[in-house]
Amino acid sequence: MTLATATARSGKRSGRRSGKPPDHGAWFLVLPALIPILVLSVGPLLYGIALAFTDSQAGRTAPTRWTGLLNFRDLLHDTLFWESFRIGLLWAVGVTVPQFLLALGLALLLDQNLRFRWLARALAIVPWAMPEVVVGIMWRLVYNPDAGILNETIGDLGLGDGRDWLTGLGTALPAVIVVGVWAGLPQTTVALLAGLQNTPHELHEAAAIDGAGAWRRFRTVTWPALRPVALAITALNFIWNFNSFALVYVLTNGGPGGKTRLPMLFAYEEAFRYGQFGYAAAMGCVMVAVISVFLAFHLVARLGGGEDG
Amino acid sequence: MTSRTSSTRSTSSTRSTGSTGSWGRAGQYLALLGYLVFLAFPFLWLISTAFKPARELGSLHPTWIPRHPTLDNFRQAFDEQPLLRAGLNSLVAAASAALIAVVVATPMAYVMARRRGRLATAATGWVVVSQAFPFVLLIIPLFLVLKSLHLINSVAGLVMVYVVWSLPFALWMLVGYVRAVPLELEEAAAVDGAGRLRTLVSVTAPLLAPGIVATGLFAFITAWNEFFFALVLLKTPEKQTLPVVLTHFLGAEGAADLGPLAAAAFLATLPSLAVFAVIQRRITSGMLAGAVKS
Repeated sequence: MTLATATARSGKRSGRRSGKPPDHGAWFLVLPALIPILVLSVGPLLYGIALAFTDSQAGRTAPTRWTGLLNFRDLLHDTLFWESFRIGLLWAVGVTVPQFLLALGLALLLDQNLRFRWLARALAIVPWAMPEVVVGIMWRLVYNPDAGILNETIGDLGLGDGRDWLTGLGTALPAVIVVGVWAGLPQTTVALLAGLQNTPHELHEAAAIDGAGAWRRFRTVTWPALRPVALAITALNFIWNFNSFALVYVLTNGGPGGKTRLPMLFAYEEAFRYGQFGYAAAMGCVMVAVISVFLAFHLVARLGGGEDG
Repeated sequence: MTSRTSSTRSTSSTRSTGSTGSWGRAGQYLALLGYLVFLAFPFLWLISTAFKPARELGSLHPTWIPRHPTLDNFRQAFDEQPLLRAGLNSLVAAASAALIAVVVATPMAYVMARRRGRLATAATGWVVVSQAFPFVLLIIPLFLVLKSLHLINSVAGLVMVYVVWSLPFALWMLVGYVRAVPLELEEAAAVDGAGRLRTLVSVTAPLLAPGIVATGLFAFITAWNEFFFALVLLKTPEKQTLPVVLTHFLGAEGAADLGPLAAAAFLATLPSLAVFAVIQRRITSGMLAGAVKS
C-alpha cells in the first residue's frame, strides 16, 4: 500500500519537473507487475510472519489459534535448531569466503590478455547454467566411494585410501562446502570482473610507471575501485548461501547425523514432513532477523558504491 | 592451491602494461589451468559416468574414458522414471512463467528506469530485499493459500509462484536494458509528433527487444532449474518437474543406480546449457548493468 502511494506521488512529481502534465499512464504500466508482487509475494510474506505467532499445523481440525511468542520460546530451547543454525553459519562463511577469494583470482586472470581465457569464460558458465539438483548429483558421482573419481585420484597419487566423503561425520560438511564454492563461483566472478572493468586503466599505468609493484598497485588502485562491488556481492552470497537448500538436499539430505542440516532443510522438514507450519514459520522469522543484518550491510555497500543508489 | 593464490597477486597489474616477466606469465597460465580443471572435472566425470556400462561402474578402478561406451544408461533412465513427462512439465512451467514474467515486468521496468522517484527506490529496494527471503517463510503461506484454491499439485500453481519469484531479477535486468536506450531517441520521436504509445511501440520496443528476449530466456532457465517450490507444491510423479523427478533416482537410502542417474542428470542440463550459451553475453552484460549501475 505504501508502495502504491509512493508510485502516485513520484509520478506526479517527475511529471511536473519536466513541465508535462502528470502522467497517469505510468499506473497502467506498473499495475501488471505490482498486483502479483503484492498478492503472491508481499502478502504471503506478511502471512508467513503472522503464522509464526500461531499454532498452525497440517491436518489440524481445530481452528488455528494465536499463541503469541510460544513458538519463539520453544525455538529458544530447541538445541537441534541452534545446531542447524550454527551449521548454517559455518556453511555460509565456509562457502562465501573461499568463493570470493577464488572468484577474485579468476576475475583478475580473466581480466588479463591470456590465451585460453575464452575457454575459462565459457567453462565458468557451466556451473551457473546447471540445475542445482544436477550439480548435487554430479558431485555425488565424484565423491562416490567406489565408482567416484576423487578416491581413484587420491589412490593414484598415493595419498591414501580415500573415504566415503559425504557420509563421514567429519568430512560431510567440508565436502558439501567444496560443492557450494564450485556452484557459486561463476556469478561471483562475473560480478568482480565487471567491477574490474570499471577500474580506471590510466591510474594503473601511472602507478606502474611510478614503479609500484603488483601487490601495491592492487592495494592502491584495483581494490579501492573494486571494493563496493566486492562488498555487495559478498553480502549477497552470504545471504544466498545461508538460505540454500537444493544442493545439500541432494548431496546429503542433511546427514550424516544432522551434520549438514542447514536451517532451510530443518525448516522444510518441520513444515512439510511434520506439518508444523507455525513453528517452521518462526524459524523463518529468526533466519530473516539474522539475514537482515547482512542485508543492511549489502544496502549500505550498494548505496555507498552506486551512482544513484 | 599455492600457485593460485600467489599468482593472484602478480596478475593484478599487467593487463595493459604487459610488464610481467615470463615467470609471472607462466604462473598465470598455471593458475588458469588450475581453474579450468576445477571447473571442468565434475562435469566431465558426469558425462563419463553417463556413457559407462554397468560393469565398468561396478569396477573398483574407474577410468576417465569409458572403455565400452554405451547408451544403455539413457534407455534405462527413461524406463525407470517418467523423464519425458517431467521434461514436458518443466517446459510448460518454465515457458509460461518466463512469458508472463516478461510481459508484466517490462512496463514496470520502463517506469522504474525512466522516472527516478520513490517508486524506483521502493521497487529497487524490494528487488534487493526479495533476494534475501528464506523461501520457507514464503512457501508455507503460499502452500496454504494454493491448497485452499486447490492449486497444489498443479503446474498452474507453480507457474504463479515462478512468475513472482523471477520478477525481481527480470526487473533488475530490464531496468538496465531500458537505461541503455537513449532518452534522446524517444524525445526526438515526440518532437516529430509521435504520441507516447506510438513512441514506445515503434522506437523503444524494437531497441529493447533483444534485452527482453534475454531476460525471458534467463527467467526460463531459472524456472527450468528450480527445485524447492516444485518439491513442495508437486505431489504426484506425473505432475512433477524434471529436477524433482531426478531426485527419485537417488533412492530411499541414497543408494543410486549411478549410470541412469548420470544419464538423466546430463540430459536435464542440456537445455539450460544450450540456452545459456546463446544468451551468455547478454545475461552477463544485463546483470552487470543492473548490478553496477542501478
